[in-house]
Amino acid sequence: MNDRVNSLRTGPDERGHFGIFGGRFVAETLMPLVLDLEKAYEEAKKDPAFKKEMDYHLKHFVGRPSPLYFAERLTAHFGGAKIYFKREDLNHTGAHKVNNVLGQIMLARRMKKPRVIAETGAGMHGVATATLCAKFGIKCVVFMGSVDVARQEPNVLRMRALGAEVRPVESGSKTLKDAMNEALRDWVTNVHDTFYCIGTVAGPHPYPAMVRDFQCVIGEETKAQMMEAEGRLPDALVACIGGGSNAMGLFHPFLDDRDVAIYGVEAAGHGLDKQHAASLAGGKPGVLHGNRTYLLMNGDGQIEEAHSISAGLDYPGIGPEHSWLHEIGRVKYLSATDDEALEAFQLCSRLEGIIPALEPSHALAKLGQLASGKPKDHLIVVNMSGRGDKDLASVASYINKKMSA
Amino acid sequence: MTVTTRIDARFKALAAEGRAGLVTFITGGDPDYDASLEILKALPKAGADIIEVGVPFTDAMADGPPIQASSLRALAAGQSLEKTIAMVRAFRKDDNETPIVLMGYYNPIYIYGVEKFLKDAKEAGVDGLIVVDLPPEEDEELCIPAMKAGVNFIRLATPTTDDKRLPAVLKNTSGFVYYVSIAGVSGAAAPQTSNVIDAVARIKRHTNLPIAVGFGLKTPEHARAIAEGADAAVVGSALVEAVRTSLDDKQRATPKTVKAVTDLVSALAEGVRSARRKAAE
Repeated sequence: MNDRVNSLRTGPDERGHFGIFGGRFVAETLMPLVLDLEKAYEEAKKDPAFKKEMDYHLKHFVGRPSPLYFAERLTAHFGGAKIYFKREDLNHTGAHKVNNVLGQIMLARRMKKPRVIAETGAGMHGVATATLCAKFGIKCVVFMGSVDVARQEPNVLRMRALGAEVRPVESGSKTLKDAMNEALRDWVTNVHDTFYCIGTVAGPHPYPAMVRDFQCVIGEETKAQMMEAEGRLPDALVACIGGGSNAMGLFHPFLDDRDVAIYGVEAAGHGLDKQHAASLAGGKPGVLHGNRTYLLMNGDGQIEEAHSISAGLDYPGIGPEHSWLHEIGRVKYLSATDDEALEAFQLCSRLEGIIPALEPSHALAKLGQLASGKPKDHLIVVNMSGRGDKDLASVASYINKKMSA
Repeated sequence: MTVTTRIDARFKALAAEGRAGLVTFITGGDPDYDASLEILKALPKAGADIIEVGVPFTDAMADGPPIQASSLRALAAGQSLEKTIAMVRAFRKDDNETPIVLMGYYNPIYIYGVEKFLKDAKEAGVDGLIVVDLPPEEDEELCIPAMKAGVNFIRLATPTTDDKRLPAVLKNTSGFVYYVSIAGVSGAAAPQTSNVIDAVARIKRHTNLPIAVGFGLKTPEHARAIAEGADAAVVGSALVEAVRTSLDDKQRATPKTVKAVTDLVSALAEGVRSARRKAAE
């Protein structure tokens, strides 16, 4: 009993709260849908057939388990801690997003919903959703800010090749936040046949908990793989945070292992004193997109536009469970600027032969701080949440701009 | 707790007149504070029975393009929740009878501070609140404090609110019930009148509160058709569109702006007043 009382893994409560964060702040039209989803998810969780089918597709379609890889040259470069990558970039579709989408699409099938909608920033969640909708023969519509459509073109082409409809969103800042607004507007309009597949640990309850549960495979595998490789748990975990689903998937299974230090890395954009996307570092608690969480906003409660070179982190909020973990101090949240992430992108590509996405490049950017000066037997796991092919054009244009400046 | 508000008094008066009411929505501060206040002051004379003043928000998730654009115009002109409350205070100098309902999203209120907001809004002469993203599941946030402060918390009922859920939705509602006539965003397609009449009858089986119907009503004909079955018809997107089309190419008010809105309100009021009421009290 004591273990359960002291556990940090029992949240949220029945109303979807992690401390003061989370909740169900949605329009009445959506409330019955959110309650239906919660019921369907609770039933699925208890159904061994659901888990069995999920495990089957995770192995044969996604390609799990993903390797835990010893990054030897990066370790030598920093000359401190022993660095491992959890290779979510090797999943089918190239990122961790597919773990969650598989779970939600299987739920959509159980709920007999013939149409799925999704929001996407970098496009990885959109690609994963388009992929599983193709596999299971479900109609798929992806909302994507028009700014992101331009900077993540390869993913737009992938989604279209998979038979999904990509709807560019022209409202507001034309990025992830606005794509989510538009997806909510679509859901409110198509209540009877549509399943909303949210890509991160945010939104109204049960999404933050459900998406986390589907992503926990990352942390569970890491635990087992580290025990096999080193005979003990790691000393530290590092992951980038936009909404925070890759991070939550890695962190959650370790929350009660208090000797494991946990670091989340937000996007500091041009710098924390300029335009950025670090909601914890530069925001305060507010209510948006169905949950209470840290948000970037002005004094009147108007949401501010975020900025990050990484489209996947370019969001003015963060999942509510991260807000809670930040306030209780279990996870330490750092931030990395665009420039720092780009430097890490190049370093990792050249030293390890792995081109990381710009999102995990933010986590890699903190290795100087977290690995240097540590003893050789200090074990760090970085969540390599996605591969960087999609980012090559943005990186090239950014570097050209810097060089000509 | 029962506190009689301007809203209760207005619906009582409408019932005595034997007609439905017209509820008009404008966004506070659209296209700027002064023009918006001028529109607000002109609405009762044009035929508005109850006025909803939108509190602009950057991320109007339940609204269609007209109200989204209207909110962004107001914010660009410097509108805030504080200024919206000030607008109501200014309106109350000349009009102590027309009910005013603030409508918007929770975040600006949460950031303003719930207690301070209720105190300031009540003092300014606000009668009711419609907060789109606060369902009954989150009643402790604002609904219950508002009831205690004597401000009506008006709930939205929608086509997805079934008989099982209706009692929860109606439980802490006061003033009136706002029936959202379509599953969709504001300003979308007009509803099927027959569906709306059925829905209003269904809600009436659960409550004695007046029922206003909105979302998708654009013309005097829509307003009349709805007024035949409901206690009030709500028009919003069409009015903010009237504002938009009256602006100059820099999105500024013109001498036509106030009249564009009041002309439409007069026509809508005529529609509502000509309705033959089917659901006689």
